[in-house]
Amino acid sequence: MKHYEVEILDAKTKEKLCFLDKVEPNATIGEIKSMFHRTHPQWYPARQSIRLDPKGKSLKDEDVLQHLPVGTTATFYFRDLGAQISWVTVFLTEYTGPLVIYLLFYFRVPFIYAAKYDFTTSKHWVVHLACMCHSFHYMKRLLETLFVHRFSHGTMPLRNIFKNCTYYWGFAAWMAYYINHPLYTPPIYGEQQIRLALILFLFCQIGNFSIHIALRNLRPPGSKTRKIPYPTKNPFTWISLLVSCPNYTYELGSWLGFTLMTQCLPVAFFTLVGFIQMTVWAKGKHRSYLKEFRDYPPLRSPIIPFIL
Amino acid sequence: MASSEEDGTVEEKENNNKKRTKSALTTAWLTFYNIAMTAGWLVLAMAMLRFYIKKGTHKGLYRSIARTLKFFQTFALVEVGHCAIGIVRTSVIVTGVQVCSRIFMVWLVASSIRQIQNEESVILFLVVWTVTEITRYSYYTFKLLNHLPYFVKWARYNFFIVLYPLGVIGELLSIYAALPFVRRSGMYSMRLPNKYNVSFDYYYCLIIVMLSYIPLFPQLYFHMLRQRRRVLHGEVIVEKDD
Repeated sequence: MKHYEVEILDAKTKEKLCFLDKVEPNATIGEIKSMFHRTHPQWYPARQSIRLDPKGKSLKDEDVLQHLPVGTTATFYFRDLGAQISWVTVFLTEYTGPLVIYLLFYFRVPFIYAAKYDFTTSKHWVVHLACMCHSFHYMKRLLETLFVHRFSHGTMPLRNIFKNCTYYWGFAAWMAYYINHPLYTPPIYGEQQIRLALILFLFCQIGNFSIHIALRNLRPPGSKTRKIPYPTKNPFTWISLLVSCPNYTYELGSWLGFTLMTQCLPVAFFTLVGFIQMTVWAKGKHRSYLKEFRDYPPLRSPIIPFIL
Repeated sequence: MASSEEDGTVEEKENNNKKRTKSALTTAWLTFYNIAMTAGWLVLAMAMLRFYIKKGTHKGLYRSIARTLKFFQTFALVEVGHCAIGIVRTSVIVTGVQVCSRIFMVWLVASSIRQIQNEESVILFLVVWTVTEITRYSYYTFKLLNHLPYFVKWARYNFFIVLYPLGVIGELLSIYAALPFVRRSGMYSMRLPNKYNVSFDYYYCLIIVMLSYIPLFPQLYFHMLRQRRRVLHGEVIVEKDD
């Protein structure tokens, strides 16, 4: 068995960073990253981007050395992706914030509203309902992060956690301030509006959860395979016939429900911003599905059936 | 096989022609736009000078040029469109932030808060903007006409060193002067309770705008300094070769 020699150069300075000899031909990039980490302990594997070309795409951890277009002395280029943080950590942090922050406003903790309102409760029952819905939503997200989702990437850049937490925590505080305010005005159409909103909200929560389960079952544990999602026996997944990212469709629906329920402009704003971001993601996902799968169903739109 | 290859080349030629005609049209539009904007700001400069020479004071000057200023500064929104469709290679966000901050100053500060229109700080930023814009638009015009005199390039990449900080000072002082009037009148503000369950206090919004200059101004300033080094430094190397 012929062994390979691997040299790793810095993608920007072309400086020789590491030389590995006697590398097995069936070694994976992941294993090479571990070896590189040993000589450069500050660059753990998650922050290494190894590529064949300084400006090329990153090689995957599963790629095998002998199947790559390299000679027996392989030259790779390294780029530091910067400090990394695991997706799970980011999700747990960014979702716990809104859960806790909303409750601080709901219980009218001191220094938020005028002192005479400290620890009082709202006289409007829709405010209690809204708190339950909001809390349920984020608890669902936390549980899904821990037990349902299967992530294709392990990590993301560290700066994302600051960006994401600012977004989620900031908006949660802004919404919660008004919904739980002593001068809150309940929805104009009263009980009818709230009932409709609640039905929409619950329907979409169940829908969103159904899609997450369906996506999980699409991918065996520990693998990173990608397949076209199809409707299952669960009627809530039948929307997959019409959209590529039904989880985003349902998420939008949930927040539209919450906006209707609370009749609060900051909530509408949050829904709008989330919708814009999810549309961008959905379009990207839709495009990669089309590129990756020749037989991708043509009827599907990215996020809204027939429209977007 | 041969016929499909021929079709390929015919199509290519048509595409190339399309690209060439598109870029001639684009250049024509951009040239027209930049000439128009240079002219517009020159008109503003003339109007301001004439007012000052005739009246001997800056009081009432803003009122006299307000409409022209609103027109030309608002029209600059078009530049964001240019970046968005790609006929100008600048970031949409950078251009967007700059144009929006100008429109904010004109429509939501200077024009809507009458009491500050005679402040010296307003005249300061008006003068700075006028000089900056005339330099900038004439630079783009000459560049598009492939006939760029060195002094225009020099002006574009050197005036800002002094003008940028002066403009920021003028803008910040103007907003600061406006604060008491905003507070007293409660303009652009909304209080609880209301059916949208939202509140907005323009007074605190202005304070946040003033604070945002702290992170934003250095970024823009150093961006311009880097551009300057790249553009003028390159020039120096060429001269050395000669």
